Amino acid sequence: MKTDILLFGQLAEQVGAKQISLEGFSDSETLIKALQQQYPVLSQSKYIVAINQEIISGNTALSDNSIVALLPPFSGG
Amino acid sequence: MKKEISYERYQRQMILPGFGEEAQQRLSDARVLVIGAGGLGCPALQYLTAAGVGTIGMADGDMVSLSNLHRQVLFHTSDIGKNKAEVAAAHLQQLNPEISIMSIPENVNNQNLLQLLTGFDIVIDGTDNFATRYMINDACVLMNKILVYGAVSRFEGQVSVFNYPLKQEERSSNYRDLFPEPPKEDEVLNCADAGVIGVLPGIIGTMQASETIKLITGQGNPLVNQLLTFNAMTNQFFTMKVAAKKETVSLIPDTAAAFQATDYAWLCGASFQVSEIDAHTFDGLIGQHHIDVVDVREPDEIPLVSEFQHLRIPLTQIATASEQLKSDTVVVFCQSGKRSRQAAKLLSEQFGTTKSIHSLQGGILAWKTFCQTK
Repeated sequence: MKTDILLFGQLAEQVGAKQISLEGFSDSETLIKALQQQYPVLSQSKYIVAINQEIISGNTALSDNSIVALLPPFSGG
Repeated sequence: MKKEISYERYQRQMILPGFGEEAQQRLSDARVLVIGAGGLGCPALQYLTAAGVGTIGMADGDMVSLSNLHRQVLFHTSDIGKNKAEVAAAHLQQLNPEISIMSIPENVNNQNLLQLLTGFDIVIDGTDNFATRYMINDACVLMNKILVYGAVSRFEGQVSVFNYPLKQEERSSNYRDLFPEPPKEDEVLNCADAGVIGVLPGIIGTMQASETIKLITGQGNPLVNQLLTFNAMTNQFFTMKVAAKKETVSLIPDTAAAFQATDYAWLCGASFQVSEIDAHTFDGLIGQHHIDVVDVREPDEIPLVSEFQHLRIPLTQIATASEQLKSDTVVVFCQSGKRSRQAAKLLSEQFGTTKSIHSLQGGILAWKTFCQTK
């Protein structure tokens, strides 16, 4: 099972990629934990998670080819 | 009495299918408050003024500075040092003398905001910090005002329409459905520290104006319960659904008194005790012998400072490089005054009362502006 992860704003710069693909995750919580382990900078940053263009608040199941977006808050004007 | 509408001025939009005299009349009757006449506020104000929004208010307590002009395109070089709201109002009134323009030359705060909102139907958030963004969001929820949100960072922007009336008591999602709690001061950089490409707030602020015109005239599909993101480098747009959550209600003050008692700067982690000095005081201190002045920006950052002697220790190294500080008084500065606050906090923790540590408020940009106007 494949998941595409899209990184927005400073997260893309911190991780060094705008998009990552990972295999074998069935829910958002284990996916985020694995991402934080691989990219420790993610555990110090603030962001929200959207799955297939819908913002989620709790642990949510992933289906094959889910697109997970991590969005940090922006303050600039 | 209804204001006379100039058909010639608005002819190109009035001939649009479904627009006509009725939509123009709605624009003429609308009252929009733009908070922050900066990178987002300038283009939003220009298009709303041109489109004939009947009453436009703008609140901003800041002065125009040279480093604003690459993105705040309403201002001229000769406006440097003048209040943004007042200058913007003067330029906009020239663009369209048929509408009422109200300038509020002060920053909004938890004491003046609720009263200010009573005179308007729609609010545009063009501010540049989280404390004010959360405060505006909460005030709009409390006062049942529609909030058109926009924010930028480097090459990306976000747009949404918050707190739109759906049915009966129900309202669409707001900023706290998206980001329930403010980030701490060091979790996210602001424009002065992170940088921003000039056209980006132009695009995002123009989209805020577009959403506002759609809301007023009742046309199209505004970004209600949706967050749009735009990346200027890749030209990619993403739209995400944002649902209103039950638990959000408990995060927002439910009375005017509770709102006025909320310390938004503290919620955003900005209130740790740091002694800050303004550009004027700083100007008087530089060149004195018993003071260490330290630039805590990274080595490649501009503007370079050649006007006075100083040390260069980036924030990331300040905790381990403090032996370089010999004087009893230390003044730290950065671009905007944000990182220097953190540096001052770190140094204060390290030296306790043995040294007097100060941070330059508004950063080196504020001092450069001060020098241009003194």
